[in-house]
Amino acid sequence: MRKVAIIGIGMTKFGNLWERDLVSLAVEAGAKACKDAGVDKDKIQAIYGGTMSGGLFVSQEHIGALLADYSGLKNIPSTRVEAACASGGLALRQAYLDIASGMHDLVVAGGVEKMTDIGGGAATNTLATAASQEWEAVQGATFPGLYAMIAKLHMKRYGTTERQMALCAVKNHKNALNNPNAQFRRQITVEGVMKSTRIADPVKLFDCSPISDGAASVVLASEKAAEKFSKNPVWIKASGHATDTLSLHDREDITTLKATVEAAKQAYSQANLKPADIDCVEVHDCFTIAEICAIEDLGFCKKGEGGKFVEKGNTKINGKIPVNTSGGLKAKGHPIGASGIAQAIEAVLQLRRHAKGRQVDTEYAMTHNVGGTGATAVVHIFGREK
Amino acid sequence: MKTGIVSWGAYIPCYRIKVEEISKIWGSDAESIKRGLKISEKAVPGIDEDTVTISVTASRNALKRSKIDPIEIGAVYFGSESHPYAVKPTGTIVAEALETGPDYTTVDLEFACKAGTAAIQICMGLVKSGMIKYGLAGGADTAQSAPGDALEFTAAAGGAAFIIGKKDVCAEINHTVSFTTDTPDFWRREDQKYPSHGGGFTGKPAYFRHVLGAAKKMMKTMGTTPKDYDHAVFHQPNGKFPSRAAKMLGFSEEQTKQGFLVPFIGNTYSGASMLGLAAVLDQAKPGQRIIVTSYGSGAGSDCFDISVTEKITEARKKAPLIKTYIENKRYLNYADYSKKTKQYIME
Amino acid sequence: MTVPQIWRKIPQFYNLYGKKCSSCNKLYFPPRDICVECGDHKLENFKFRGKGNIITYTIIRTPLSDPEGELIDRPAREIPYILAVIELEEGPRLTSEIVDCSPDEVKIGKKVESVFRKIVEKGPKGVIQYGYKFRLSG
Repeated sequence: MRKVAIIGIGMTKFGNLWERDLVSLAVEAGAKACKDAGVDKDKIQAIYGGTMSGGLFVSQEHIGALLADYSGLKNIPSTRVEAACASGGLALRQAYLDIASGMHDLVVAGGVEKMTDIGGGAATNTLATAASQEWEAVQGATFPGLYAMIAKLHMKRYGTTERQMALCAVKNHKNALNNPNAQFRRQITVEGVMKSTRIADPVKLFDCSPISDGAASVVLASEKAAEKFSKNPVWIKASGHATDTLSLHDREDITTLKATVEAAKQAYSQANLKPADIDCVEVHDCFTIAEICAIEDLGFCKKGEGGKFVEKGNTKINGKIPVNTSGGLKAKGHPIGASGIAQAIEAVLQLRRHAKGRQVDTEYAMTHNVGGTGATAVVHIFGREK
Repeated sequence: MKTGIVSWGAYIPCYRIKVEEISKIWGSDAESIKRGLKISEKAVPGIDEDTVTISVTASRNALKRSKIDPIEIGAVYFGSESHPYAVKPTGTIVAEALETGPDYTTVDLEFACKAGTAAIQICMGLVKSGMIKYGLAGGADTAQSAPGDALEFTAAAGGAAFIIGKKDVCAEINHTVSFTTDTPDFWRREDQKYPSHGGGFTGKPAYFRHVLGAAKKMMKTMGTTPKDYDHAVFHQPNGKFPSRAAKMLGFSEEQTKQGFLVPFIGNTYSGASMLGLAAVLDQAKPGQRIIVTSYGSGAGSDCFDISVTEKITEARKKAPLIKTYIENKRYLNYADYSKKTKQYIME
Repeated sequence: MTVPQIWRKIPQFYNLYGKKCSSCNKLYFPPRDICVECGDHKLENFKFRGKGNIITYTIIRTPLSDPEGELIDRPAREIPYILAVIELEEGPRLTSEIVDCSPDEVKIGKKVESVFRKIVEKGPKGVIQYGYKFRLSG
């Protein structure tokens, strides 16, 4: 396997971008990433684009060719990657494998989702296609509902509190104050979270990541290409990917995302690192309980202790393991396909020391992208050294 | 052995609304309505309940009471005014849920409140002729009533199902007669949400003429008098009509008590006389004799003369009794009732 | 789900038909074609009794709001409704609605039994999907 670096990053602002369509978002992010890399776009040899549901959100499939076409990258191989909310993380992994295998030297991994063209009801319905249609969604399962059931059991079993979950949202909003691309740049309070609209007990509105439009792209390079084009490459030290049962009810343990545990195990082993070596992590906080489960399943604390771990301030920007310095999905926004790529961008910013106002002294950064309620998990580790 | 009822099953949704609660909304006098209609509350379907779900649940209860392999059921007939499809039979869904296999015949029946007893008659004919071994006959409704209409106090939900056959019958059907004319006392045109009715015209020329006509014909044919019956069931659109019909025919309150459910559940339309009969079977002793008279607007009555056998004692234990369903109740306020029955859009 | 999709699953939705592995006796709901435990392809039909207990649950309070009328499916359920993961007595788990009770009566560990209800109506013109829901069985 060849070494792979990220040499360019680019993303749009995340939010309700009424005047923008899917293609323009993707093209903006891609162009910014190429510019950042200092690579002329004609040098790009392949594209991997993560998007969850172009078909249901904007009635457009065949996204791979579409992206290449409108990026002006005629005839190059371009692949759309789908793994629900982990589409972006998985696109990054596919691009990584492409270069690592020796096939190409300069590849773009991107992610995009245009979610606001359909109403909230239709969007919720579309998101629910990431769960089992026949055995969960038809029965009334929504994503907030499924994560609420994880939370309910976590609370019962480990004594996790709604307040501890709220703390994740408050922290992520605080971090997003310093992220110019974030959808929400306003401080919220624990009381505000606790009093927000009840969605699916115990999940409240401010426990949920929003519906967003946005795109993110990174330029990946082989060792040779990185040396040629980049002064500050960030190296992909590990890429872990695991799956689990599609339905939440079929899991061995409803409060553990086994796919996260397995993907993390692969990543730690590839990088020859342990949780204590990671300096900051972007976790998949689609709901606040997901952040608590993630820090447990990634090994930053013991199973069941996530709530207390958060309460003690360990995940704050100056804590033991800063979590979601970008604002996370909660505050930065969650344009499904783009989220996994945007996480990698935050890791690169931290490693480049470009995370203005939210900089953490980082040697190793981790990203964690989840599809569905944990049927797919993708974990990457990034570092400054080859 | 005589053709009769091999098994029976019933279902009544758990939700109730009291006359007082409905009166409060429309500014009517609850006490006079309760006195006049002899009804205190009615059963309301959950938002996910309809004639099909009620029929399936009642039929599954009937199957539990019997030793029959559902494959042996050769005919499925359900009577209702509220079949969820105008085109696509309730019977097919019920049969599939019961796992009868494809070797059965079905058609949906409608004759206002008496289509369920017509289903029993059809099954009797098919069993007697040897065309089928067992037939499933049922009546169920989620009765419709326009908000503010007098029917709103009574229109209820529930149903019962009977397996008709010749083997191991719990109650022999000695005879059945019908009394039918063209009498437009209550109707619903195609595509109309709520039925219309002729007010006082629903009484003497309609309900009483047909119920009395059928019951008298039965007693004349069988050479019986009211004294020969331990239990009498009459269609019960409200509490007043069946009580008066019983009195006019010479039946005592004691004889009608067992099958008189309308004060507690309201008028379950196609389910009403069927549930009345089922409630009697829930209690009846071997050797007892029952007379059942249904009524369907439009108009007609079917009457049955039934004798209970010793098989009933064992069968009754195997499924929930109507008493259980009547006692298991949750009261709704008018807002929740409107939400459950989707009445909030008034026409 | 489209009409053929609904029709195909009638045995599962009406009568909780799953599978039993002929080699290792492992039970599955919904049905699977390959046994996850032993890898065998020989699985036979198995009807579950519809009794179980609540593993976890939630009260869903936000409907799929549909001001633009984009959704064709009309779920036959009220807001709020109770959604639960249920462990069947025979072992497998499933997700279903708990009906005929108020949210404060539901607790993790409570016993439930299946009932036959409307699940979804494909709009006022469309087909009605019937199937299992659960209620507390005390």
